[in-house]
Formats: sequence, C-alpha cells, structure tokens
Amino acid sequence: MMDTDNAVPLLAVEDLGIEFRTRSGTVRAVDGIRFELRRGETMALVGESGSGKSVTAYAIMGILDGAARITSGTIVFGGLELLQASERAIAEIRGRELAIIFQNPRTALNPIRPVGKQIADILLRHGNVTAAQAPSRAIEMLAKVRIPDPERRARSYPFELSGGMCQRVMIAMALACEPQLLIADEPTTGLDITTQAVIMDLIAELAASQKMATLLITHDLGLASEYCDHIAVMHAGHIVETAPTVALFAAPHHPYTAKLIAATPGGAPNLEALAAIPGALPDLRRVDLPLCRYSERCERAAPACLDRPLPRRAVGEGRGVACHFPL
Amino acid sequence: MIVLRRLATALPVIAGVIVVTFLLTRALPGDPAVYFAGPAATSQAIEEIRHRLGFDRTLPVQFLDYLQRLAHGDLGTSLTTGQPVTTELLTRLPASAELMLLALCLSIAIAVPLGLAAAMRPGSPVDHACRVVTTAGVSLPTFFTGLLLVYVFYYLLGVAPAPLGRLDVFDSAPPQHSGFYLIDSLLAGDFETFRAALGQLVLPAATMAIFTLAPLARITRAAMLGALGSEFIRTARASGLARHRIVFVYAFRNAVLPVITTLGMVFSFMLGANVLVEKVFAWPGLGSYAVEALIASDYAPVQGFVLMMALLYVLLNLVIDLVYGLVDPRVRLEA
Amino acid sequence: MTATLRHAGYVVRENPVTAFAFALFFLFALCAALGPVLAPYDPLASDTAEALTGPSAAHWFGTDQLGRDILSRIVVATRLDLGIAVTSVALAFGFGTLAGLGAGYYGGWIDGIVGRGVDTIMAFPLFVLAMGIVAALGNNVANIVYATAIINLPIYARLARAEANVRRSAGFVEAARLCGNSEARIVLGQLLPNIMPLMMVQVSLTLGYAILNAAGLSFIGLGVRPPTAEWGIMVAEGASFIVSGEWWVAFFPGIVLMAAVFCFNLMGDGLRDIVDPQRRT
Repeated sequence: MMDTDNAVPLLAVEDLGIEFRTRSGTVRAVDGIRFELRRGETMALVGESGSGKSVTAYAIMGILDGAARITSGTIVFGGLELLQASERAIAEIRGRELAIIFQNPRTALNPIRPVGKQIADILLRHGNVTAAQAPSRAIEMLAKVRIPDPERRARSYPFELSGGMCQRVMIAMALACEPQLLIADEPTTGLDITTQAVIMDLIAELAASQKMATLLITHDLGLASEYCDHIAVMHAGHIVETAPTVALFAAPHHPYTAKLIAATPGGAPNLEALAAIPGALPDLRRVDLPLCRYSERCERAAPACLDRPLPRRAVGEGRGVACHFPL
Repeated sequence: MIVLRRLATALPVIAGVIVVTFLLTRALPGDPAVYFAGPAATSQAIEEIRHRLGFDRTLPVQFLDYLQRLAHGDLGTSLTTGQPVTTELLTRLPASAELMLLALCLSIAIAVPLGLAAAMRPGSPVDHACRVVTTAGVSLPTFFTGLLLVYVFYYLLGVAPAPLGRLDVFDSAPPQHSGFYLIDSLLAGDFETFRAALGQLVLPAATMAIFTLAPLARITRAAMLGALGSEFIRTARASGLARHRIVFVYAFRNAVLPVITTLGMVFSFMLGANVLVEKVFAWPGLGSYAVEALIASDYAPVQGFVLMMALLYVLLNLVIDLVYGLVDPRVRLEA
Repeated sequence: MTATLRHAGYVVRENPVTAFAFALFFLFALCAALGPVLAPYDPLASDTAEALTGPSAAHWFGTDQLGRDILSRIVVATRLDLGIAVTSVALAFGFGTLAGLGAGYYGGWIDGIVGRGVDTIMAFPLFVLAMGIVAALGNNVANIVYATAIINLPIYARLARAEANVRRSAGFVEAARLCGNSEARIVLGQLLPNIMPLMMVQVSLTLGYAILNAAGLSFIGLGVRPPTAEWGIMVAEGASFIVSGEWWVAFFPGIVLMAAVFCFNLMGDGLRDIVDPQRRT
C-alpha cells in the first residue's frame, strides 16, 4: 500500500481548492495550489497569516472544520488519494504514517489526562504495542525528545509543564509511530527564542534519523531558510513561488517573495532596507477577486494580471513561479 | 488534607447561615414568646416560654444561648406534636432523601445522554428535542407538573397508585435499617414492599426530575459542544484515535466538569422543589413537615427546617467541590 | 436608538418564537392593566348551582368548587401575580445593582460586605429561605414581595459587580474622572447606563423565576388568602379535585402560570440576542 520508491513523491498536492462557508460570505481560502514533497525532504510553506497555509495542512490531515469544503484537487500520499479514501483508511494512517504538531502546544493537549497516557493512547490505537508495553514505550518516547526525568514526567499533566516541554510531548506523540511525514504547523510560535531553536533542532534531528519528510508551516521566512531545503511561498491562497531555499534567496522570481525576503531580518542587507510589505491580504470573500491575488499590492501589476489566468511556470531545476511578469 | 481545607472554607458560610436563622427567629412580628407558646397559651405559659427560650435577655446573650442549644442538637419543640423538632426532622429525613436521590439519578440518567446526543448531532431531531426540554423544563411550575402527572397516570390511565405518601395504607414499612424503603425492603427480601414503595416513588421523583432535567441537559450539551470544538480534540483526531475514545475519554470527561458545577444549582432547586412535591404527593418528609407547621403557625419546626436544609445544602456543595477536585487534576494539584 | 430598534426588528422578524413571546407579554400586560374590565364574570361571585362544571360555552375555563368563573379569576389574578413579580424584581434590581456597582467599582470593605451578604443569601436553598423569611416576618403579600426580592438580589449584585469591575478602568470612566465628575456621578451616570442592556436581559429572566417563586409560596399557603384570586392559590385549591377528575380547576391557572414564565424566559433570550448576539446559546 505504501510506496517506497523515491522517484515518486511521498506527498503530491495537485490543484487543491478549499472554501469556507461563513455567515458573511464564502471565503475562497485556497485556490489551485500544487506542490510535491519527497521522502526525507524538508519543505516550508511560508506566508502571512491568512494566506491559507494552515488550512492546507489541515486538508492534508483531514481535520478541516465542518464549514470547510474542498472544491477541487487531489492529495496523494504514498499512493493513497486522501480526498477519495474512506474515513477508515484515513484514520488508519492518521497519526501513524502522517502526523502533525500544532502551535500552542499546551492547549493542544488534553488538560486532564497525564501526558504519558496521551502518548500511550496513540501507541495502542495504531497497534504497535500491547496494553502492558504501552506505558514504558511512552516513557521511551519522552526520553527520545529529551524530556528530563521521563518516568515522573509521564504522570504529569500539561499545566505542570512549560511550553517547550509541552511541544516536546506533542513531538513525542507525533513521532510515536514513526510516520513518513510530519507536518509542523507554526511549532515555535509562542515559545521564547532559545526554546524555538532547541525545538527546531530536535525536529530536524529526529526527522533525519527516521528519514522522515517534514512540512513546516510558518510565517517566519528566516526560520524556514534555516531548517528547510525547499520553500513554497503562499499568498492569499495561492502558491506564488517554489524553489530550493538557497536558490530562492539568491534570486527570487516573484515580487512578493522579494518583498518577503526584504522584510526578513537577516534577509535584508541592512536595517534601512527592511521594508514592510505594502497593502494587506485581499478579502477572500470578494467575488471580484483578481486572478492574481497579489496584483493589488504589486508595483509591477498590469491589466493582464487581473483577468488572465495565472500561469505556473517552471523556471529551472525544482523551481516554479506563478506570475505574468516574474523578476 | 484537601477535605479539611474545603471544610475550612465552608465554616464562614455555616456561621452566616446560623446567624441568619437566629435572626429569623427574632424577626417575628410582635412578641416572639407568644408565637412560640401557641394560640392557646395562658399569660403565665407565655412568661414561662419567654424565660425558657431566653427572650427576656439581651440579644448577644440570646445568640450564645442559641448556639449552645444548637451544639446540643436542640432545635426546640413542635407545638402541634409536642415532639422535639430535631427528632422529627431526623425521622423524616430518609423520606425526603430517598425521594431526592431517586429524582437526581433519574434526572442525570436522562439529561446527560440527551445533552451528549444533542451535541454530537447538531440540528438533528435529538438536538431539537433537547432544546425543547431545556426551554420548557425551566418554565414548568413543579407543583403543576406533579398534578398533571397525577391526573394522567393515576386518574386517566390508572397505572400509578394514589398520591398518598410512601406506601399504601395496606402495606407496612419494612424493618428499619437505612430509612430508605427501597433499600430496607431489599435487605429484608420483601419484593412486594419494594415494588409498592417504588410505585409510590415514581411520580414524585419524576416530577422533581423533570424540573432539574432542563439545566442539566442544557449544560451537558453546551459543555460537550465546547469540548468537541476545542484544540485538544483536534489533536486527538489528528492522531487517528478511535471515535468512541475521542468522544468519551477525551471530550466527555472534560465536559463533565461544568456539569458537576451545575449540580450545585440543581441541588438548590431540588431542596426547594422538595417542599412543593411533598405537598402534592402527601409525602411524609421534611418539606411537608415544614408546610404543616407553617400553616399551624408553629414556628420552631419551620426554623429548624430552614436551618437543616441550609446545612444540608452546604454539605452537598462541599461534596460537589470534592468530587470536582477528584475529576479535575488542575484543582487537585494546584491547591 | 433607531439602530437598536432596527436590530430589534430584525431579531423579532428572524425569530418567530421571540415575536410570539413579545405578543404574549403584551397580552399579559393588557390583562394586568384592565383585568376587572376584561373579565366576563365577577371573580368573587359564587354560584353554588354551577359549582365544578367543566369548560363550556358559558364558562370557557369552567367553574371552581364555589361556582366562580375560572377564566375571570385568572384574568383578574394577572394583576396580582405580575404585580408581585414586578415589584420584587424591581426591588432586587434596584438594591442589588447599586450594591454590586459599589462593590465592583470601589472594592475594599464595600466589596467585602456585599460579598459576604450575597454569599450568605446564596448559602440557602432559595425557596426555603423565602419560606423562612415569610414565616418570620408575617404571612401577607407584602412579605412575599420582600422575600422574593431578597432571594433574587444576589444575581443582580454579582452581575453588576462583575461588570463594574471590568469597566472600572475603561476609557470612558477615566475621561469622566478627568472631567471632574464625582465618583458617585460616574457610577450612576456612566457605569449604570453602560451595563443596562445586560441587566435588562437578567430582569426579564428573573421575572419568570419570580412568578414561579411567588406562585410556589402561595401554593403552600403563604401570602395570599382565599378568596383572593391568584394563580398559585388557584392551583392549590384545584389540587384536591385532580384525583376526582375535575382537572380544569387546577389546569387552567397552571397553564397560564406556565405561559407567563415561558413568555418572560423567551423574552429574556430574545433581549439577549438583541443586546449581545455573541452570547447566544
């Protein structure tokens, strides 16, 4: 059932479209996005908040809100078409082959259940262990994510742990069944700088040792550049550019990417060059959205940007850009 | 430990209750001694009562007197029966307790599954039924519901026995162990009496249960909806956990917390509704004792009743606090 | 103001149940105001020949054991029942809100005393406390009002206190202080109007509860004496006839009682939708 041939991508998202029905209108959160992830690769989905990155991640995991509707596209994971698969098939791989960690780790954990038991629940569900073995395996996982005194900590509740430790617990839960793909949705938001680095290093190390692919969702381009081989830049529900990290920073092809890099500390040559990106994300409930959703903020916009369908150009090895007038 | 600490916080409340009930006994219009002596008393008897109950002393001294008598369990004597109030209250306590306990169990057994089902299937017929129950339940006057039930099930359908108390005139009470007829009859192996007692219990318990169903169902539904929409449930789903585990172990256990808190309010209603239900069904419990005394202008039983109900309420709230502490580790460990 | 009215109109149109509740309230208010005029018979006139007859064309709700027309008695009783409820809620609202505002705004010993008082009241099962108060003060209607007012006071005190606490350091309060307003002026002139909408919702809900309470007290024989017409006492009088099948004596007063409570609860929900749509259940 699971493909092990590395030529075929582990995760292939094609023409994915997601809508939300709200009281004030239909929000076209994601429109025609496409990207691939290979076994063992690390990729970042970068964008401002509201750009649709988390929504994409949730669609892959199949945990979208009830108000969401997938209007188009396919998501193929290890040969399985997730959007067509039965609920049972998905529940089998969810948490086992495919895992996710969330931001705000303390609220993402069950507040009245010891963390050791929460890990054990996952182990028991996916059939790796017997009921007798589960508790000790849970403690092993806690040790693996470098939580000190794991035996005692397994009996702790989330409110007794720091934010960083809660995130480690989440990582332990996600990695308990050695998944092929880990999605990390803003895993370091809310943590202090030192802890951020430690957590990201931990993820990177475990991913490497288990040959696990990582999809990092973040608004922080700097973080993405440090930990990921590939970056896909999202804007208002579109992927505007994809490229290997080094190439992206060396020569961005999309005007938005260039602005993002300029706005990133460390990405800009000096403080004066740190620019804010003008404008704001367009209201995705509008029915008159221009076909290029960046055009209203773009200095290079031309009439063609408004009504000609957005091209998806391949511009070199593993690069793509969606722009009529790339840089 | 925790029990002692909770008891300590209840002490000022108990103190307040004792002070208020004391003041109530002194708030009687006119000469309180006349009231406690009764309508048929001679002026000499009134003087005797006045001296014995300490009405001729200053207020602080009276209060100390009152406290002293309370410490000995002395709540005065009933004019109509001539018995000590404390004895009568304690004798009648099992009747009310049995009724309220059965009503509570009935109420929880219906309200919690109803709220749960409504939360899991929003917009379904179950959800609408839950909402109807919730809105209608709080509007129903308890005494009216009782009368309706008697009319339908006793008069029209003939399936329920006459509302004449705990047992028919032809049945006799089982040998006394707990005072609960259901338990005592089972202990004695007497199934006839058990069935008879249960038959008499059904309508009054149902009446009380209907009233307390509404807030319980509403809170269960709201709490489950809240729990099901929370972030840790999203994590549980993302981990692929089985549906029944997510609903019962993860969501429900969290939802139960506000339900436990609501039980406090439910008990307050119940202790009040007890009075009304016992009147409708001629139930020989605390409520009817107080009402009979009230009508006969016999004040000592009424004061004793108010004090006992209040202390019962404080005790029940304490139990709720402790149970809550058991279920929610955050309270247990952070205390 | 017009915006609120328009929003109110929207809510009423969107929700037929709320509209129904408002209509029902209007009907009750009419009966309370014009009771004796609307009643077809004299509520106190007994006619033993006609005793205990069921609903008929002549007597829509039947007659009671003394031959009195039940419909007339119910209509006339509206004034008494609503009067008791409105008066006690007004007292509870007035004193409770002031106490709560004071406690929430000033804090300190005011908060301590109000808190202690409210906690002591809430330590009792409320209906039982009402019984105790009426027993202690005397068995008449005025004391029913006072007892009901006392047991409803805590709700207003707590709500007002919470709201005052939240707004104590809000912008408009600071501005008023800077303008040199006295503290009392701020509490009454600024804070009170600001929390009025929420309090109004609570008033409507409490009215329903107050009616139930008063009826419960008169059911067990407190306050109202025969031959006065009052919903609770009418149900009590009719209770003895249920077992012999004359259901209408207790049924109609009970149904009207239920309708009144239901009406106020629905109105409270409707008001809550108008005032604070986020809190809808």
